[in-house]
Amino acid sequence: MENNMSGNRKVIVFQLGEEEYAVSVQQVSSIERLMPITRVPQTADFVKGVINLRGVVTPVIDLRLRFGMEETPYSDSNRIIIVILENMEVGLVVDAANDVIDIPESEIEPTPEVIGTVDTKYIEGVAKLENRLLILLNMQKVLTEEEIEELKSVEG
Amino acid sequence: MDTSGYLTVFIDESNEHLEVLYNQLLALEKNPQEKAIIEEIFRAAHTLKGMSATMGYQDLANLTHKLENVFDGIKEGRLNVQSEMIDILFSAVDYLHEMVEDVASGGSGSKDVTDIVEQLKSLEQGDVLPQDSVPLNTLKQAKTNGTQMKNVDEFALTILQESKERGYTNYEIIITLNQNCLLKGARVFMIFEVLEKLGEIIKSEPSVTELEEEQFDQTFTVLFISEYKKEIIQTNIEKVSEIESVHIVPFNVDQIQETEQTLEKSEEQPQPKDGQQGKQRHANGIANKTIRVNIDRLDVLMNLFEELVVDRGRLEQLAAELDNKDLQDTVEHMSRVSNDLQSIILTMRMVPIEQVFNRFPRMIRQVARELNKQVEVEVIGADTELDRTVIDEIGDPLVHLIRNAIDHGIESKEERINKGKPEYGTLKLEAYHSGNHVFIEIVDDGAGIHKDKVIKKAISKGVLSESQAELLSDQQVFELIMSSGFSTADQVSDISGRGVGLDVVKNTIESLGGKIAIDSKEGQGTVFSIQLPLTLSIISVLLIELQKEKYAIPLSSIIETAIVHKDDVMHAHHTKVIDFRGKVVPLAFLNDIFNVQQMIEADKDSYLSIVIVKKGNKMVGLVVDSFIGQQEVVLKSLGNYLTNTFAISGATILGDGEVALIIDSNALVK
Repeated sequence: MENNMSGNRKVIVFQLGEEEYAVSVQQVSSIERLMPITRVPQTADFVKGVINLRGVVTPVIDLRLRFGMEETPYSDSNRIIIVILENMEVGLVVDAANDVIDIPESEIEPTPEVIGTVDTKYIEGVAKLENRLLILLNMQKVLTEEEIEELKSVEG
Repeated sequence: MDTSGYLTVFIDESNEHLEVLYNQLLALEKNPQEKAIIEEIFRAAHTLKGMSATMGYQDLANLTHKLENVFDGIKEGRLNVQSEMIDILFSAVDYLHEMVEDVASGGSGSKDVTDIVEQLKSLEQGDVLPQDSVPLNTLKQAKTNGTQMKNVDEFALTILQESKERGYTNYEIIITLNQNCLLKGARVFMIFEVLEKLGEIIKSEPSVTELEEEQFDQTFTVLFISEYKKEIIQTNIEKVSEIESVHIVPFNVDQIQETEQTLEKSEEQPQPKDGQQGKQRHANGIANKTIRVNIDRLDVLMNLFEELVVDRGRLEQLAAELDNKDLQDTVEHMSRVSNDLQSIILTMRMVPIEQVFNRFPRMIRQVARELNKQVEVEVIGADTELDRTVIDEIGDPLVHLIRNAIDHGIESKEERINKGKPEYGTLKLEAYHSGNHVFIEIVDDGAGIHKDKVIKKAISKGVLSESQAELLSDQQVFELIMSSGFSTADQVSDISGRGVGLDVVKNTIESLGGKIAIDSKEGQGTVFSIQLPLTLSIISVLLIELQKEKYAIPLSSIIETAIVHKDDVMHAHHTKVIDFRGKVVPLAFLNDIFNVQQMIEADKDSYLSIVIVKKGNKMVGLVVDSFIGQQEVVLKSLGNYLTNTFAISGATILGDGEVALIIDSNALVK
């Protein structure tokens, strides 16, 4: 980790509905505008398909659907955040990408028990900054196969 | 010394030398008297020893040293080559191989080598002459290096004489480069540059061209005229890095006569060494200049190039729209250049199948010895080129087929003599190009496949009913041995015959887009014939459309396309089928299978567009909305996130930059 100051975490902040989420910059390789997505048949609902990311075929998932939120039509403000995690490169469709900020480690609190609709397993903690509440995501959990399998079986 | 930077070079080169050792040992077993082979082995072992010592891998160096001693014995005729000896030598090389592997995977390369060292020692001591002939020999060589420069021609002598009269000093400078100096040629150049500032180089040995081409060990000698003092020259040369030692001695012209006499005396002695050098030079002359490139970089290059192709497509379109002649000419030229570029990038990824074949002779030898069989190997077409990705995948299936051929195919020596066959069984590995494919054949002259035995087994395993068995052609019977859970060996041996195997081979080859066929004649042998695509990364596909979505179907699995009237579709027990050239072919509606959103009313059209695909001898008609056309596309994986996608084997990027999925028709044929 290249924390410039000890105890600070650099994160990318993005929006899903009314809530703001954060993911560590180390896991993000780029932020892209929406581009044509090719649907891949017979995959989970939240898998929107694949895109051509500068010559590399990259799968894209809709985070809203992944978190069980309502699907909304895409607009100009939508972004695809490309995250890299253990050999996996995946694009996440989010409502908007807002900010890059440093969160002091001391401001991060464990997940409160009740936090809306999102399954708490994906959440590493919450950080309170002035009057913003950032939800820190555990990308590992968001992307792991087990979770997807689990979801599939619930759906199916 | 920090050697980490040289590690990859060390590993690569060690592997090359090990390969030489393996191959030459095999050759040596056949021609124990062949001096050239022994020389080759000796050289490989020697270089390996030097490299590993420099890199600090002591065990590796020790073992190679012992190995070298044995070869020295062979070379000087003290030891005779026998089968047992070759066995020990092979296992020694195996040890070396393991150690290098260990180094490659981040280990220390250390290993308990006492056993094998003992064995080598006893091998070595099987001689009559005292042991210390080895160091003595090296001493002699060192001495020759130390003597004064030979072959100074008259012209040089005159210059030397003149310069001496003018008050300059003649020097003979012996420079030894560091053993792990990587760019010897460059160092030589730097040294020469230094020297030329201080005086004049009259002659060098080896010659300047040879030095530049790095055709020398570590040491070279120059004759040098200078007005400067010895010490100044010395310090100046030493400023160049990676120099082991610099020896400067005044050169005495009068001494030349004397040296020539000694030269004559020693003429007989260094002869083998000269022959060796000559050969090495020869080999260097033939070998092309190459560099090693990481395969990942080639992949990146390929990706970038594809981006360029997409942009090229757009440019072409723009140029056509703008109708500007200059622009069109330029774009056209660019297209041609990029086509050339494409073929170069593709050929860069091609490697000779030699890489896979090379390890087989040794393996065959080993397996044959384990099973107490006698097998001759014949390799044909090792220079046939295949895409790197195919090469990486094809090794294991081939190993399996070869083991199978030795275990089940080739009979024991006694059996062969009884049958009136030559004592040695022959295993032929052949690779050749044909069209867009590469064929690999594994041919043995063994017992062949016992047809009745296969049928009996199949029936007993419930794979086949007796009435079915009657209808099968020979080919179909042979193919049974590749179905899962099948092994005809009477006894399960260590080598093959665990019941899993040939079906795995078949699957692997099919997953590579290839095919495998068997032909066999009882009592005469079996042929396994594998057909592989030239490259995995570029395939020919038929682009089709399902509503607005584009998909690609590999041409290799397509039999033909057809347009069928709806009225010709028949129903057979809930399945829609068509009569295609006298055969009943089931239909698969891709729109339904892939859940494509229906936007256009399909019913309006009274004709169906069908792509007939095959898997083995089964066929299925894939119903699509329309055909777009045939195209060469670059196969890309969907990444590690989407792994188990149904009936989709990958994706490709089309000219307009969009992604099209490639249909795995095998999954659609039941």
